[in-house]
Amino acid sequence: MINIENVSKNFTLHNQNSVVIPVMQGANMLVQPGECVGLTGSSGAGKSTLMRMVYGNYLTQAGRIMVGDLDIVTALPRQILDLRRDTLGYVSQFLRVVPRVPTLDVVSEPMLAVGVTREVAHERARILLTKLRIPERLWSLSPLTFSGGEQQRVNIARGFAHEYPAMLLDEPTASLDIANRETVLSLIEDAKARGAAIIGIFHDEAARARVCDREVDVSIFTPKAA
Amino acid sequence: MTPLLQVTDISKYYGSRLGCRGVNFDLYPGEVLGIVGESGSGKSTLLNCLAGHQEPDSGAVIFDTRADGPKDTVTMSEPERRMLSRTDWAFVHQNARDGLRMGVSAGGNVGERLMAVGARHYGDIRGTAIDWLDKVEISDERTDDRPSQFSGGMQQRLQIARNLVTGPRLIFMDEPTGGLDVSVQARLLDLLRGLVRELGLSAIVVTHDLAVVRLLADRLMVMKDGHVIETGLTDQVLDDPQHGYTQLLVSSVLQV
Amino acid sequence: MNAEYNFAYLDEQTKRMIRRALLKGVAIPGYQVPFASREMPMPYGWGTGGVQVTAACLTPKDTLKVIDQGADDTTNAVSIRKFFEKTAGVAVTEETREATVIQTRHRIPEQDLDETQILVYQVPIPEPLRFLEPRETETRKMHALEEYGLMHVKLYEDIARHGHIATSYAYPVKIEGRYVMDPSPIPKFDNPKMEMAALQLFGAGREQRIYAVPPYTQVVSLDFEDHPFERGGAQQPCGLCGAHDSYLDEVIMDDAGTRMFVCSDTDYCRARREAGHIGAMGVPNAEDAA
Repeated sequence: MINIENVSKNFTLHNQNSVVIPVMQGANMLVQPGECVGLTGSSGAGKSTLMRMVYGNYLTQAGRIMVGDLDIVTALPRQILDLRRDTLGYVSQFLRVVPRVPTLDVVSEPMLAVGVTREVAHERARILLTKLRIPERLWSLSPLTFSGGEQQRVNIARGFAHEYPAMLLDEPTASLDIANRETVLSLIEDAKARGAAIIGIFHDEAARARVCDREVDVSIFTPKAA
Repeated sequence: MTPLLQVTDISKYYGSRLGCRGVNFDLYPGEVLGIVGESGSGKSTLLNCLAGHQEPDSGAVIFDTRADGPKDTVTMSEPERRMLSRTDWAFVHQNARDGLRMGVSAGGNVGERLMAVGARHYGDIRGTAIDWLDKVEISDERTDDRPSQFSGGMQQRLQIARNLVTGPRLIFMDEPTGGLDVSVQARLLDLLRGLVRELGLSAIVVTHDLAVVRLLADRLMVMKDGHVIETGLTDQVLDDPQHGYTQLLVSSVLQV
Repeated sequence: MNAEYNFAYLDEQTKRMIRRALLKGVAIPGYQVPFASREMPMPYGWGTGGVQVTAACLTPKDTLKVIDQGADDTTNAVSIRKFFEKTAGVAVTEETREATVIQTRHRIPEQDLDETQILVYQVPIPEPLRFLEPRETETRKMHALEEYGLMHVKLYEDIARHGHIATSYAYPVKIEGRYVMDPSPIPKFDNPKMEMAALQLFGAGREQRIYAVPPYTQVVSLDFEDHPFERGGAQQPCGLCGAHDSYLDEVIMDDAGTRMFVCSDTDYCRARREAGHIGAMGVPNAEDAA
């Protein structure tokens, strides 16, 4: 379960006369297990920002963000690291990997991190990569050499490798063709079915309509100009 | 859970010149802490104080020893500390020459720590050494070659094998990829990540390279002029830097 | 004895300083004691350390034997013997049994020594770790903290490179289970003899170190469990006296390269021949054939 309570964020740019930019105020949202909430709002409204705050990637200036029993805002780095390993998954828009590591190992890593054996991890990785139509001949290559769509699919495979009880998905269907988009959406539906609480950003309205139970327009949390 | 390392209020001056001051942090098993800063930030001083290479002017470095629980390594006797640095601790130098015996074969370099703690069976020592060379992807054909015949990347990997053979729980690294070709860096980083995960190691990595620290470290401390000016999760400090200097540092990284 | 010199050349205060160092050495077997090595009338590398130790130990009633690579009649042995005849006026001998003080370069006599005798070794480089770890600051710490892993690294390297421990002289030993010591460049064949009844003193003049192994002290040559220490030995008996158990020198007889092997310990060989033992190339009671 993800519970965002009265959360605020601003950026202070010290090297530009210390200008303070408030980007979010009084955000509230509750996501139940098995539920998928879609964030909407125009570009720059704060969708990715909110997602990063839930992940602990951005600091939150005020409020509470509960993921399960942990308040991200006041948690120790160690606790957030444990949470990210076991509980909270995040599929960002960009694939960030160590260069020269083969795709199969990239996808296996979240499973190895929770103690799954290499054989089991590789097997599950193969299944996911096959589902996402990444040809076998690419599995031993680094994904950094792949096309944008292929990288995105590797990113998703990695994101779904471990069954996280909570997931954050930032544009998971972007740059995918119909067949692959369908695969990703059914992966999301499977995750919901097993009780995962999901927050997603989907530009594609059809995708959003398909998997999201609710939508929240984040622009309602944008502070009004002074 | 007891922290593996508790650092309280470490300070070191060189005469009237500040090396580092007021450094505090805890490190837990399996965590990798990155320390970044530019030249003169105090990061190398700090690392040397933590690893027992230099004596800090004040503060404590409490390590959870296997035999006696948490002990302050700063006030430990020298023999104890030297023993610790050969068994439970590891130190990977920036320049492999500082961390290897260049006149001794690769196998001998890896076996030395074993012999130092009493191993006396040549066959077993050699077997263990070859295992470790394999783990760091050095072919066993090179076992009897000297490090002076190795490339920089291989020397670094040999240094890692030499350090890890006694199963240390804490590894200090000083610019582990510095001076290596970019392509070699990538493999080394992946090796380090794998070993950290597989062996449950904790690591403290000093570097000025933000890209390396993002890939290797869970947590990050940014140092400037001898002080820690920001600390937190690596991705948070790099993506949402709070301190002006960190913001400057992050924005200065060249894009490829 | 020449009256211009103090007994045994060195002044009394110097001898006392050396004796203090010797006592420390005896108290801590195998530990290298620094001492203020004096200028001697011979260059460094010619046995000044051994000479200073002998000078500090000699009394007018002693009988001195000096050997070099086992022989009493080489230039160095003769010079040093004459030096002490001149400056100390002590009796000298070539017979191991008769001597009370024996100064040696690079060999231990074949004849067993007893509790009344002192064996003084000439030592070039006293530090067994020197060629592996050039820093004196480090080697001192290693000895102090009993950090001897590096010593075994050297032996490991030998086995890796040659298939066996290739060190054939100056083979490192562990004294009384504590200090690792360089026994001076004696052949490893001699190492087992170091567990003896006599007092063994070691002097390095250039490096300014003295060390000692008291009588009946445990001396263990370093090795590996699966590569145990082997003293080696001659494949054949001495050509002159037929001894099977002594260390042999190889002597080239002529331009064609004919060679014979004879005991390095000249006194031992002579005594055996006097007792009637004859080797394959020996003649009864003859002097050295070579």
